[in-house]
Amino acid sequence: MGADAVFHVEGLRKSFGQNEVLGGISLELHSGEVTVLMGANGAGKSTLVKIVSGVYARGAGTMRLAGEAFDPQTPAEAIRAGVVTVHQNINDGVVADLDVATNLTLDRLSGKGASMLFRPANVRAEARAVADRMGLTIDLKARVSDLSLADRQMVAIARAMAHQPKVLILDEPTSSLSSAEADRLFSLIDRLRGHGVAILYISHRMSDIRRLADRIVSMRDGLISGAFDKKPLDYEGAVNAMLGRKIHLDRVVARSSARAVFMAEGLQLAHGAKPISMTLGAGEVVAITGLVGVGKTALAETLFGVRKPLAGTMHMDGKPYAPGSAREAIAAGVFLVAKDRAESGIVGGFNIERNISLPFLKRMSSLSVMKKRAERVAARRQIDELGIVCRSEKDELSALSGGNQQKVMVARWMSQASRLFILDEPFQGVDISARRDIAAKLRASADGRATLIFVTEIDEALETADRILVMSEHTIVGEHRNADIDLDRLLAEVAGGPFHSAA
Amino acid sequence: MMRDYAIRYGFIVLLVGLIAYFAVAADGFVSPQSAVFIFQSVAITGVLALGVTATLVVGGFDLSIGSVATSAMMAASYAMVVLEQNAIVAVIACLVIGVIVGLINGWLIVYMRVPDLLATLGMMFLLLGLQRIPTEGRSIATGMTMPDGSVANGKFSEAFLALGRHRIDFFIPSLIPVSVVVLVVLAVLIWFFLEYTRFGRMMYAVGSNERAAELAGAPVKAYKIWAYVISGVFASIGGILLAARLGRGDIASGNNLLLDAVAAALIGYAVLGAAKPNAFGTAVGAVFVGVLLQGLTMMNAPYYTQDFVKGAVLVVALVFTFALSGRGKR
Repeated sequence: MGADAVFHVEGLRKSFGQNEVLGGISLELHSGEVTVLMGANGAGKSTLVKIVSGVYARGAGTMRLAGEAFDPQTPAEAIRAGVVTVHQNINDGVVADLDVATNLTLDRLSGKGASMLFRPANVRAEARAVADRMGLTIDLKARVSDLSLADRQMVAIARAMAHQPKVLILDEPTSSLSSAEADRLFSLIDRLRGHGVAILYISHRMSDIRRLADRIVSMRDGLISGAFDKKPLDYEGAVNAMLGRKIHLDRVVARSSARAVFMAEGLQLAHGAKPISMTLGAGEVVAITGLVGVGKTALAETLFGVRKPLAGTMHMDGKPYAPGSAREAIAAGVFLVAKDRAESGIVGGFNIERNISLPFLKRMSSLSVMKKRAERVAARRQIDELGIVCRSEKDELSALSGGNQQKVMVARWMSQASRLFILDEPFQGVDISARRDIAAKLRASADGRATLIFVTEIDEALETADRILVMSEHTIVGEHRNADIDLDRLLAEVAGGPFHSAA
Repeated sequence: MMRDYAIRYGFIVLLVGLIAYFAVAADGFVSPQSAVFIFQSVAITGVLALGVTATLVVGGFDLSIGSVATSAMMAASYAMVVLEQNAIVAVIACLVIGVIVGLINGWLIVYMRVPDLLATLGMMFLLLGLQRIPTEGRSIATGMTMPDGSVANGKFSEAFLALGRHRIDFFIPSLIPVSVVVLVVLAVLIWFFLEYTRFGRMMYAVGSNERAAELAGAPVKAYKIWAYVISGVFASIGGILLAARLGRGDIASGNNLLLDAVAAALIGYAVLGAAKPNAFGTAVGAVFVGVLLQGLTMMNAPYYTQDFVKGAVLVVALVFTFALSGRGKR
């Protein structure tokens, strides 16, 4: 099998400072095959892609393309040698203000041998040739900014294919496409596979993977944790290899709740998705797990009022609950620690104390004048309770480690009592000790409210929750009490196996 | 440590040094009258600068303040001279203009998604044109001939003129102009509002991380629009003071208002190492510009060098803020 591999990677290593991101990766890509690369956040996928596409220099290891050494210093060199990458962010691959024809031929405008003058007729003819080869049926005169995301994606791929590469890397190409749009992308990929291109396809979406994969390679913590090429492919094994299974002995003692706090009925998150119904009880911690892109954040945002469900009703403490904004959700006692703290949590100009008081300024002021003493007292209490490592409550957040920044975000929403406390990926970019602290605090303070956490890593759910729900394709596909869990069934549900016959 | 001190106190030291230098170099620079004159010269731009500070706090910018001020000046003049109304009507008309322009600016930026600089630049040009239409481009003064041939016989009321010209006794008879009092009152108000109320706090949060503010339950759009309304109202108050000082609706006045006000607000970033828009810094920035110009004038520096000096000071202040403190926005 290894003989006909067009692209070899051998013992690839990369470190940033002390932090080893890739610890010796070996990988082969074959002509006319789609190799799917799976890995959780932080597994090192994007670092690998960036090394292969010439963005980063590698630390150690060798790469060979069609038998010759492949050692790109810049992205342009990688492209010229025949390794082309379409990055996740579609708009990085196209110039929105130019028309399709110019986009398709953009790479010929610069570089050696490019004509000084811009000749529209030539550009059109060249673009037409590229489009025909790809079977692209988009109006070449249309401006890219007027196209749908899927069409932009097609243009970006067609533009990449204009170089006639031997290896094409697609980084989560369906993450912002609808399923009909994704189908068009898949038939394009089928055509490219037919042309003998070696494709590396990075994705979390099980339906994509089932549809496309000839081989699956799983990554975890900077290493290849599994390679699967025997038909039929072992999808659950691949998911298992990607998520790992390092069950700790300090398992939680699962509690069950008698009194319901929150109820959702028939909540529909996406077109064509099965509706969700669930009940969350007082004092219990519920984890919702599932791969990236299955709608976890969409559900969190729906409960918090910043996204409208397509259908369904919600109740808090038996009363109808239909928040139209974060403000209304907070007023009803529903708090959210949002995903990606740098983007949607931390106020950079504020110190710890002000970051903590942010949602509760009204409660911390009299006649709208801030009560600074009350703010300080609340901040100090939270710093104590969560063990935030800092000099004082006046520290800027930029001076804190990732784990302590996340503790501040959790502290913000624990400084006042809530009825439903939602945390979306609360352990992302958080070291193990901070993660333990936060989980312990969540469990210790869980009485009286319902707590709901969204995590991709199954370990995190097992460490924190009383009950685990599994999400796949924008709906809930499984429920487990966190005691004597049938992990094989849970993994099968994460992989979207027996419950859904994916497209 | 040296660096911290340089960032924190650099600009204050510079201001004190400047005053000391002028005290030695320019005769009569150190006197109550000179100090009052400096404050009077910065009263109008200071008020505008405080307003634009509010938009800077929410991460926006308002280029229309200068033309809002001159539009308010023309409106006040028109109300009193042509329509023969009293001072109260004139003042209310100006404030209404400020509110309306602020609402339109906010609407363009928040709902029409026009970038703040472009929206307010457009509004600036619109107002520069609009303020000339009622009089077909003429300045407004008592006895002027209207486009239809009639003569406008109204005049500025004494009460209105007092806003720009009356001086209040303060140890020395007739020392402090009303406009300076207005400046100080507005400065204290906006400083208190931004530093001590929950609204000011949330405005800073909106300017620093809009999404985080929204997820913390803030009505972000409303805060942004309010910031532009504050800016518009402050600019129109500046226009009232300008009209009261000039006593006529002078079509050619107010050219420097925008530059001076923006310079004061941006210099304010560097004061006490704040590295963010703040009312106290803006006030110090306005005084700084005033001291500089007054000193140069008393040393007989030619008037045409003034804009250059202001621009140079602004650039230095921005370097202080963004390069030295390393805390500037990315």
